[in-house]
Amino acid sequence: MTFSYQAALAERGFDVTMSLAAGETVAVMGPNGAGKSTLLSSIAGLLKPDGGRAELNGRTIFHLGGNSSRWTPPHRRGTALLAQEPLLFPHLTALDNVAFGPRSAGVPRKAANREAERWLAEVEALDLARRRPAELSGGQAQRVAVARALATDPALLLLDEPMAALDIHSAPLLRRLLKRVLAERQAVIVTHDVLDALMLADRVLILDGGKVVEHGPTRRVLEQPRSPFAAGLAGLNFMPGTLTKDGIRTGRGREVAGHLEEAGPRHGPGGPGVAVFPPSAVSVFLTDAHGSPRNSFPVSITDLEPHGDQIRVRAGGLAADITPAASADLGLVPGMTVHFVVKAAAVSVYEA
Amino acid sequence: MNTRTYTGLPRWLYGLAVLAALVVVLPLAAIVARVNWVDFLPLVTSESALSALGLSLRTSVASTLLCIVLGVPLALVLARGRFPLQGLLRSLVLLPLVLPPVVGGIALLYTFGRQGLLGGTLEVLGLQIAFSTTAVVLAQTFVALPFLVVSLEGAVRTGGQRYEAVAATLGAPPGVVFRRVTLPLMLPGLASGAVLSFARSLGEFGATLTFAGSLQGVTRTLPLEIYLQRETDPDAAVALSLVLVAVAVAVVALAYRRPAGRGVRQASTERATASAAPGGTVP
Repeated sequence: MTFSYQAALAERGFDVTMSLAAGETVAVMGPNGAGKSTLLSSIAGLLKPDGGRAELNGRTIFHLGGNSSRWTPPHRRGTALLAQEPLLFPHLTALDNVAFGPRSAGVPRKAANREAERWLAEVEALDLARRRPAELSGGQAQRVAVARALATDPALLLLDEPMAALDIHSAPLLRRLLKRVLAERQAVIVTHDVLDALMLADRVLILDGGKVVEHGPTRRVLEQPRSPFAAGLAGLNFMPGTLTKDGIRTGRGREVAGHLEEAGPRHGPGGPGVAVFPPSAVSVFLTDAHGSPRNSFPVSITDLEPHGDQIRVRAGGLAADITPAASADLGLVPGMTVHFVVKAAAVSVYEA
Repeated sequence: MNTRTYTGLPRWLYGLAVLAALVVVLPLAAIVARVNWVDFLPLVTSESALSALGLSLRTSVASTLLCIVLGVPLALVLARGRFPLQGLLRSLVLLPLVLPPVVGGIALLYTFGRQGLLGGTLEVLGLQIAFSTTAVVLAQTFVALPFLVVSLEGAVRTGGQRYEAVAATLGAPPGVVFRRVTLPLMLPGLASGAVLSFARSLGEFGATLTFAGSLQGVTRTLPLEIYLQRETDPDAAVALSLVLVAVAVAVVALAYRRPAGRGVRQASTERATASAAPGGTVP
């Protein structure tokens, strides 16, 4: 019960390799246009890549390139797709929608309806069985859509931002539901929400520009991000560069002092590394505050925005969280040049 | 109607709009005014009239069915297929909409007639199409098919293929997707397209006269009968015209009534947004 995938689509600069262990759920994240939809569509069989190969539970679902051109059509793949919108068939009742998969697989009507009722009960929507999709709220419809996807007993469940179109009251309910049904099930979930990755996925895969830029257990990726996107998800400041004796040197020659994570660098000084620190560890000064072991970066403020009960100061690609009182005392306005000061002890440095 | 909101229409526009409406409505009123109501029933139930009406209805039903059987695949292939010269084919299919029907009739004659492109082949098979009831149906199909294809292709294109894609990932083979998803979803578009095709078939005159002639009971449909009666019995022509006007009114009402499904769907989105509101408006 495993899934392996490698595919390239030159037209979209897409080239991704990934795999799933038995019963594993992977969250796929990344900026818009990173290739997340291309990944799901090609797994589902709705989009044909230039080349590559994928196997699901020992069955080749496609093998393109070289002298092979095997391409299993979507209806024979066992990969049910749950999209952002429920896309329930508007002319069928909720029950008939859920029974659609089993009936397409040749299950007789009565048995398919029993199966559908079981899944509707599983998503706590049995009372909606007789309703048409137009008579369901967004959250109800998405729950029915989950039941419809699961009723096909998919070998691999594909979820394309299933919570994105829901209002803030329906999303938590669906998230709890998905957590229950995704346990011990192979699934790929595309999401923008770090909460989905933490709650629903065992691992996270970060795509950018059609390539995998980072992957690993969700917690590790969020604690020690190695890509700007993952750092953004974790809400951390991120500075890439080359490792030095006591920190990193950025591409612009800026020295960042920090403490080295992990036992010791494999490559030693000179290898690629990143420095990461939370915005709450940054202090803002009007003048340069010298004195080791501190980092002081002269930056020009681009934005000030509320962040919880703090003010987030954005400058030079970094962020600092300070109290509204401190912001008022310093008289901060966009365009002003200030110094971001971080203690070396608050900066994590590790290999990229 | 809300009479309070700003329309932005200059007043003189209303004058021209009324004129335009009169151009359409006045001639219709003139027919109604000219009808000989005393003899109306005998006029429209005369033997030749009934024969023409019956032939018109039979051939129009036949050509509408033919339009559906041929037009649905054509509309789907034009909307969703990918093949070379697709754009050119789309334009060619629309040609009968703008072609003078007489030209269509001549084109059909040189396709299916005895001296035509397929005439020899058909003769070998023992088929004589020109100047038969089959010719009437063919002429009507020729002019009515674009109506069905255009209205259906538009509906299919705006609907997109997302339901079909979902159905496929749920394990439905293409045949099942077509029968259980595509066809039911295109039904409203198909219904209005079929009604328009039927109306166009019912009114067909030029192509029919050219390609099928005017044989009572065989090819003389109601429009041909009206044209013929105009010379000898204007009262009969007017009465039969009124019958066709009535049918046209019914057809327009059927084809352009507000689709029932849309109202329900809008209501549901309103409900969805309304249910989201309370959380944000807690004092």
